[in-house]
Amino acid sequence: MSKGLRILSPGILTLLQDCGRYGYQHLGLTTGGAADEHAYLWANRLLDNCCDSQVLECCFGGLVVEAEQPVTIALTGADMQAQINHRRVANWATYQLQSGDQLQLGHARSGLRAYLAVKGGFQVSPTLGSVSTVMREKIGGLDGSGTPLQKGDCLPCLTSQQQYHRQVPELFIPDYAAPMIAGVIPTSKKYFSDTERHEFFTHSWTISPQSNSMGIRLQGPAIKPRKSGIVSESTHFGAIQIPPDGQPIILLKDRQTMGGYPVIGSVFNLDAFLLAQKQPNNTIRFEPVGRREAQQNLVTFRRFFGR
Amino acid sequence: MLKHPIIESLGCEALIIRFGDQIDPKITPRLRALSEEINALEINGLLDQVPAYTTLTLHFDARRISYGDLQKQIRPLLTTSSESLSDNGKKIVIPVWYDPEVGMDLQRIADYHHISIDEVIKRHSQQTYQVYAIGFAPGFAYLGEVAANLVTPRLKTPRSHVPAGSVAIADEQTAVYPLSTPGGWNIVGRTTMSMFDQHQPGLSPLKIGDEVLFQPVSRSEFIRAGGRSDE
Repeated sequence: MSKGLRILSPGILTLLQDCGRYGYQHLGLTTGGAADEHAYLWANRLLDNCCDSQVLECCFGGLVVEAEQPVTIALTGADMQAQINHRRVANWATYQLQSGDQLQLGHARSGLRAYLAVKGGFQVSPTLGSVSTVMREKIGGLDGSGTPLQKGDCLPCLTSQQQYHRQVPELFIPDYAAPMIAGVIPTSKKYFSDTERHEFFTHSWTISPQSNSMGIRLQGPAIKPRKSGIVSESTHFGAIQIPPDGQPIILLKDRQTMGGYPVIGSVFNLDAFLLAQKQPNNTIRFEPVGRREAQQNLVTFRRFFGR
Repeated sequence: MLKHPIIESLGCEALIIRFGDQIDPKITPRLRALSEEINALEINGLLDQVPAYTTLTLHFDARRISYGDLQKQIRPLLTTSSESLSDNGKKIVIPVWYDPEVGMDLQRIADYHHISIDEVIKRHSQQTYQVYAIGFAPGFAYLGEVAANLVTPRLKTPRSHVPAGSVAIADEQTAVYPLSTPGGWNIVGRTTMSMFDQHQPGLSPLKIGDEVLFQPVSRSEFIRAGGRSDE
């Protein structure tokens, strides 16, 4: 049996992830993929991994793993007060684990999702081109059935020895708890009046505890579209749907492929990655951004990570 | 259907082509044909094409193709209306065991329309449906339109568990649940046909524009085909 990292405890929820599953949205399969692509890409970059390598996404905390062979790891994303063999280690950095070493994550203090990468990425066979785990669709993960990681699972990976300890420059480490202003690319004007748009952009919104990897639900003043429903159409990452109760839903990686609510705009991709790290009751505001400028910024980001 | 479809951007990496904003069975073959023509262009950076009811959405990788270039490539295809290029859709027969044992809402629908359960089954299985869209869950096909005298509103409270293979009605639409999920549609029966299987090369038997007929089968035929009622 191949060796790698053994799950001693999956914590609340730990999922195998990569960049997502593309080419199947017309059959109703969501893209899925690491909810916070920023932290995910940094974890792989710290190890010079291929940008779509397989990593673990630990949601809310509690993951404990043991190395069965020497392996270099990188840890990014939510601050879960990581410990190696009961000694605190800093986030956004690489470490060497020897056989028998244990990495332990506590509860998320800031952010929601931590990313654990290994040198060369985990070596699990993909389902339809990706290992991204979508529990609802029963697809992806260790055995392809969409099951979250369980105690005793072994994630195969290569043996590696760290050459240099690396860490992400301070400048690029987000403060997930800081108040946020997210850029929004507005959609065509027809579903919302100028008054409703103004309302959306001037108010501060609270993140609802009902948010998940499918979407972030917001609480605030009710936004009233001209029509309460539209003929269902394809959804997209970052889309801001306005359901009949007027409380916006921002669609994330695990969104359903079709939606029938009017869309007021789209959260800029890099800001939507950060939203996946927002704890309930955090607040957020929005500001309009131009599509071209947003596209340029996204392309610059992707080039940097080779994605 | 709009003579000149509208193209709009959706966020940074999607583009939507709108053929109208009212459901129209004539739009579906147009979406299917256009989608095939776009496939034939083999556009670098085009990740996904999602046709649904009145729109075709293209998802692209902004690093590999710009919104402007993608628009330039597809615009010439919008001026021609080449439905002829498309195979007109397959005809697919889905066997259904209609019985209160697995069709938990048959009685409810019958009561709603003041008809017998047999009449519900007749009205549901005598109609040919078109696949308008696929989404909500893998392989979940929105089929329309249900006969006017069978249109039934969704349940007030969705069920937390609808067994895979359940055949159901919501308003003017009907569908088969590919996986066990929560759901609020009225369940009329169950099929043994797999609507989505990640291990089969075709993944899903249905494509937008296909025609679907539901064929009533007996309990023994259902069981013989591997059906189960104990879920």
